[in-house]
Amino acid sequence: MSFDRRNFIKTLGVAGITLMAADTFGTIKKDNKGNVEFYGMLYDSTRCVGCQTCETVCAESHGLPAPVGVPKSGVIRKTDELHRTVVNSFKTSKGDVFIKTQCMHCNEPACGAACLTKAMYKTKEGPVIWRGEKCMGCRYCMVSCPFDIPKFEYHSSNPKIQKCTMCNEKIEKGGIPACAENCPAEAIKFGTRRELLAEARKRIVQNPGTYVDEIYGDQTAGGTGFMYISPVPFKELGFSTKLQNKSYPELSKGFLYSVPSVFVLLPPLLLGIYEATKKNNSKESDENE
Amino acid sequence: MNNIISQKSNFKGSESTFKFILKELKPRGKFLTPFNIISVPVIVLGVIIIVFRFINGIGSVTNLSQEVPWGLWIGFDVVTGVAFAGGAYVLTFMVYILNVKKYHSIVRITVLNGFLAYVFYAGALLLDLGRPWNVINPIIGNSFGTSSVLFLVAWHFLLYMIAELIEFSPAIAEWLGAKRARKILSGMTIAAVIFGITLSTLHQSGLGALYLMAKDKIHPLWYSEFIPILFLVSSIFAGLSMVIFEGSISHKVFFNQISEKNHKAQNGIVLSLAKICAGAMFAYFFMQLLVFIHGKHWDLLNTPMGYWFLIEMLGFVVFPMLLFVYSYKRNNIFTVKLAAIITMIGIIINRLNVTVIGFRWDAPIHYFPSWMEFVVTLTVIFTEIWIFRWVVNRMPVLRESPDWVKDEK
Ligand code: SF4
Ligand code: SF4
Repeated sequence: MSFDRRNFIKTLGVAGITLMAADTFGTIKKDNKGNVEFYGMLYDSTRCVGCQTCETVCAESHGLPAPVGVPKSGVIRKTDELHRTVVNSFKTSKGDVFIKTQCMHCNEPACGAACLTKAMYKTKEGPVIWRGEKCMGCRYCMVSCPFDIPKFEYHSSNPKIQKCTMCNEKIEKGGIPACAENCPAEAIKFGTRRELLAEARKRIVQNPGTYVDEIYGDQTAGGTGFMYISPVPFKELGFSTKLQNKSYPELSKGFLYSVPSVFVLLPPLLLGIYEATKKNNSKESDENE
Repeated sequence: MNNIISQKSNFKGSESTFKFILKELKPRGKFLTPFNIISVPVIVLGVIIIVFRFINGIGSVTNLSQEVPWGLWIGFDVVTGVAFAGGAYVLTFMVYILNVKKYHSIVRITVLNGFLAYVFYAGALLLDLGRPWNVINPIIGNSFGTSSVLFLVAWHFLLYMIAELIEFSPAIAEWLGAKRARKILSGMTIAAVIFGITLSTLHQSGLGALYLMAKDKIHPLWYSEFIPILFLVSSIFAGLSMVIFEGSISHKVFFNQISEKNHKAQNGIVLSLAKICAGAMFAYFFMQLLVFIHGKHWDLLNTPMGYWFLIEMLGFVVFPMLLFVYSYKRNNIFTVKLAAIITMIGIIINRLNVTVIGFRWDAPIHYFPSWMEFVVTLTVIFTEIWIFRWVVNRMPVLRESPDWVKDEK
C-alpha cells in the first residue's frame, strides 16, 4: 500500500464536508415574535371582481402574450409558460368567488432548495426569482414545487423557466408588483409579510361574517409570501388539501444532513476492514494488486 | 462475434501509441451480426432525434408536460440505469475490502460495465437538460446549490466516474503496455475503491432522495421518507442481478477470451451471487413491509394501484427471491439466471413506479413516453454496448492479463 492512511481519511472527510456543507436553508430573518420579515402580497378574494387586470398587466410587463379566456365557474385555467398568473372563478356556498393563482413565494421554497445552480433563488427581499444565466434546465424545481408553479418552455432551443417573480426588478427600484399596483378593486396588497399578516387578521376580526377564520399561506408549506383570505373554506376554492404545514425542503434535510457523517465514518470503516482481511490473507498470494 | 480471436498483447513498446490506437479503432470480426443489424439503424435514428431535440426543444420529441417534467429519460435511463450499475460497488467491496478472492475474475468486467453505465446513463441526463450549456455552473463553483439533492447526485456521478476509471485503469495500461503507469495506477486501486463505495452509498440513496420533496405527487404506496434507503438496498441485488445476466451473455459472446479456469469458476460465482441476492432481497422486502405498515395504507391495497403494488412486491421481489434460494439449494444455474432476469424487471418496475407511473398517478392525463423517447433510450443502451464490446475485445477485461504483469510480481 503506497498511500498515507491518515492523510487519505482527512482528504475524504474534507471532501465530504465541503461537498455537502450543511447549507443555509432555513436561515430566514425572523423578528422577535417569530414572524418572517420580507415582502409578500395579500390577496382578498372578497374584493376581487375577476376583471383580469392583473393578468393583462403581468403579461405586458414581462413581454408575454395577452391572457386567453375569462374566469368561469367549472373551468380551471392554468398558469403555463406564457401566463404567469390566472384568475379562476369557483361556485361556492357563498356564490361565485374568484381566486388568483401564481407563485406563492414560499418562505423556504422547495424550488430553491431543489435547484442545483441556485438559479431559483429567494432574494432577501422576499421574491423567489429565476436567473437564466445559472439555470441548466433540469426541471427539478418543477418536480419539487408543491404548487406546480415553475413552467418550462418545452418548444424552445433556449428554454426558460417561467414563473411569477413578484416583479423583482420593480421591487429593487422601490416599486411594487404590477398586479398589486394596478388592481382596480384593491384586492392585492403588497407589503412586508408581517404587515400583511396583521392586516389579514384585522380584516378577519373586524368582519367575522365576511371571512372564514383562516389565512392561506400563514402555515401552508412552511408559510408563503403570497397569502389569501376568503369568504369560504379554501378547499371550496380548488386549493389542495394535501399540502403539509412543514416546509418542503424539510423533507430532504434529514438525508442531506447525513451525508457528511457518511463521508467521515464510512471510509475509515472500509479501510479498517480492508486492513483486517488483508492480514488474514497475507499468507496466500496477493493477486488483487 | 465468436470468431474474434483472443489477441495477444505482443506489440512492442516502441510502436507509437498513436499508430497503435488508430489500428485498434478498426472494427474486429464480422460486421453483419444480428446485434449490429438491429443496433446500427436505431443508433442512426436516435442521433437524428437528438439533433432534432436540440434544435426544436425537448417538447418536440418527448411527451413531457408542465405536470410531468421528468419522464423516461430520467426515470429509466438515469434512475434505473444507475441502480443496475450498482454491481460495481458491491463487487469491489467484496473483492478489495473483504478480500473474497473468488470474485476476482469478474471484477474488471463489472467495473467496466459500471463505468460505462455511468458515462452513458448519467450522461443521458445531459440530453434532458433544457440549458445544457450551463451544466458546468454547479461544477466550477460559481453557483453551488448545496441544499439540492440533485447537486449531490451530480457531483457524485462525476467523482464516481473518476473513481471507476481509476479502478479500471490497470486494464488500459496493460492494453497499452505501459508498465510503469500500470504500477502507479494499481497502487491507487484501494483508495479509489473506498472512495467509490462511499460515493455509491450516497448517490444510490440520493437518487431516491431526489423525490422526497415530491411528496404529494407520488402515489402513497411508493412514497415514504425511506425511499433513499430502499433505493440503496435494492441497488445491491439490482447490480448483482445485472452481473449475473451480463456474465451469462459475456461467457457466450466472448467465449474465446475466457480461460478454462475462469469458465469453470463461473458457476460457483453465479451461485454465491444468488445467495447474496436472496439475502439482500429478504432485507429489502422486510423493509418494504415495515414501511407499508408504518404508512397505514391498508385501504389503498384494494385499488388498481394497490394490486399493482402487490404484483411488484410478490411477483418481482418475493418470487425471484425464492427462486434464488431454490437455485443455490439445488445448484441450478438456469433458475439463477431466470431469477436475475425477473429481479431486473422488478427493479425497472419499481423505479418507474416511483418516477413515472406513480408520479402524478391521479392526473387526468397520464404521461406515456413518445416513440422517440424510446428510440433515444435504446440508442443510449446500444451505444454503450458497442463501446463495451470494443473495450472487451481489446483490453484484458475477461482474458488474463499479459504475462509481463505476472513477471513483475
Ligand atoms: S410556489 Fe413553488 S415556485 Fe413559488 S416559491 Fe413556492 S416552491 Fe417555489
Ligand atoms: S430547471 Fe433551472 S431553476 Fe429549475 S432546478 Fe433546474 S437549474 Fe434550477
